[in-house]
Amino acid sequence: MPQLLKKIFLVDLFQGLWVTFRNQNPKRIYTEQYPAQRPAVAERFRGAPRLNLNPETGETLCMACNMCALACPENLIVVTSQRNEQTKKKELVTFTFDTSRCMFCGLCEEACPTDALELSQDFELATYTREGQIWDRKMLEEGPKPTRYKC
Amino acid sequence: MPETTFLDSTELVLNMGPQHPSTHGVLRVILKLDGEKVMGTDCVIGYLHRGVEKIAEARTYTQFNPYVDRLDYVAAVSNGLGYCLAVEKLLNTEAPPRAQVVRVILTELNRIASHLLWLGTHALDIGAVTPVFYCFREREEILKIFEKYCGARLTTHAFRIGGLQYETYDGFEDEVKAFCDMFPPKVDEYEELLTQNRIWVKRLKDVGILNAEDCKRYGVTGPVLRAAGVDWDLRKAQPYSGYEKYDFLIPTRQNGDTYDRYMIRMEEMRQATRIIRQAVEGIPDGPIMAKVPKVIKPPVGEAYVSIEAPKGELGYYIVSDGSTQPYRVRVRPPSFVNLQALDRMVRGALIADVVAVIGTLDIVLGEVDR
Repeated sequence: MPQLLKKIFLVDLFQGLWVTFRNQNPKRIYTEQYPAQRPAVAERFRGAPRLNLNPETGETLCMACNMCALACPENLIVVTSQRNEQTKKKELVTFTFDTSRCMFCGLCEEACPTDALELSQDFELATYTREGQIWDRKMLEEGPKPTRYKC
Repeated sequence: MPETTFLDSTELVLNMGPQHPSTHGVLRVILKLDGEKVMGTDCVIGYLHRGVEKIAEARTYTQFNPYVDRLDYVAAVSNGLGYCLAVEKLLNTEAPPRAQVVRVILTELNRIASHLLWLGTHALDIGAVTPVFYCFREREEILKIFEKYCGARLTTHAFRIGGLQYETYDGFEDEVKAFCDMFPPKVDEYEELLTQNRIWVKRLKDVGILNAEDCKRYGVTGPVLRAAGVDWDLRKAQPYSGYEKYDFLIPTRQNGDTYDRYMIRMEEMRQATRIIRQAVEGIPDGPIMAKVPKVIKPPVGEAYVSIEAPKGELGYYIVSDGSTQPYRVRVRPPSFVNLQALDRMVRGALIADVVAVIGTLDIVLGEVDR
């Protein structure tokens, strides 16, 4: 008799649905609405490369020592420099970073003695062309500019 | 295409892969069939060959470190540990105690992550769709810890030769402890879904049997070997990185079939949680990097170090000619060796069993092809 009643009132079905509805709690929705809501990556995230500027003077922190280029396993960093005749110091001229070959291992960042080169928390690196993946000094200093959508 | 053999029976040759979802990557298995019965198999590998061992010869020791993460990309931390231990053996140094304990925590977390991915995809192959979502939910927690610790989720590059690059972040211990508390009930949940499930048992029991003798003949290691009843785990047999300090059990089973391998891996996840809990409660203070020169230039010699990766014995053999670059690096990948037993395991079985057996071998093609 209880078995029959169970069948008539669809107890098993409601038990199953209860499990389903329990997981419908809005607090337990983990989907990120991506373009509108960008995920917060960890502090140590190794993303897009960045060439830092001195915040006070606006000059580059890079002293063109070439350590990052030597540390890179894929040899994708090219640094060119020029000796300043007045100060007798090396000055950075160009800095190219080929993100298409980068595997974001972080060895360049570790090799940098002045914290100039840094793998930042930006992760939107897609471009329409292969050439666009090769970043020059200007792009490295300004950082990527992903499209912001109004949602 | 049917082909007449000399006994006048027809043999059907069927290609499974390289794009078949159940071959877990780009494995191609040429099946020789009689009806639905498998008469023989040929594995065609190399679709993911990148020549990592050759790349090593043109990189310095430090530069090669990120490449080993790309071998077994599901358990990148274990690969990194194996490589770092091998170079440390060449240099005759050892990581400081604090680094060793953190290494053990991360490697065991990675073991759980690897087994969770295996369980999810294996169940998906068999036809159970639910476990994969449960498994990925818990795996996400581990990957979050990795991301916070070293900035990457899969190809972590977590260890450096001589110790660690990164100090543990604030709240690392609490998060790992919270994971240890959260995780064992979840394993029970997976077991509730699968262990007694009639379809699951029917599909796995007495499928792909590999007994202890065959295991040894093929050189199979890891959970596949332990499921056949051989009590062999390098963490106990040749302790490295301080594993002798932890109290854990090596699960073994007797039948050596697919179901036993499933049970072994489930138990291994519980034991890994035990190790993590013991390790995280006793992280000593101190430096995280041993005194290694900035330019690593090991003396002339060779070193072989093998560790117990989630898939089995992972070995790194490095020959040094005294320069900054290794003369030769040879990887002994567990997946590659375990895959060789596939033919022995599926001969005479059905096509559907091939899917189950490839799943249970837990191969990662990045490691098979290198």
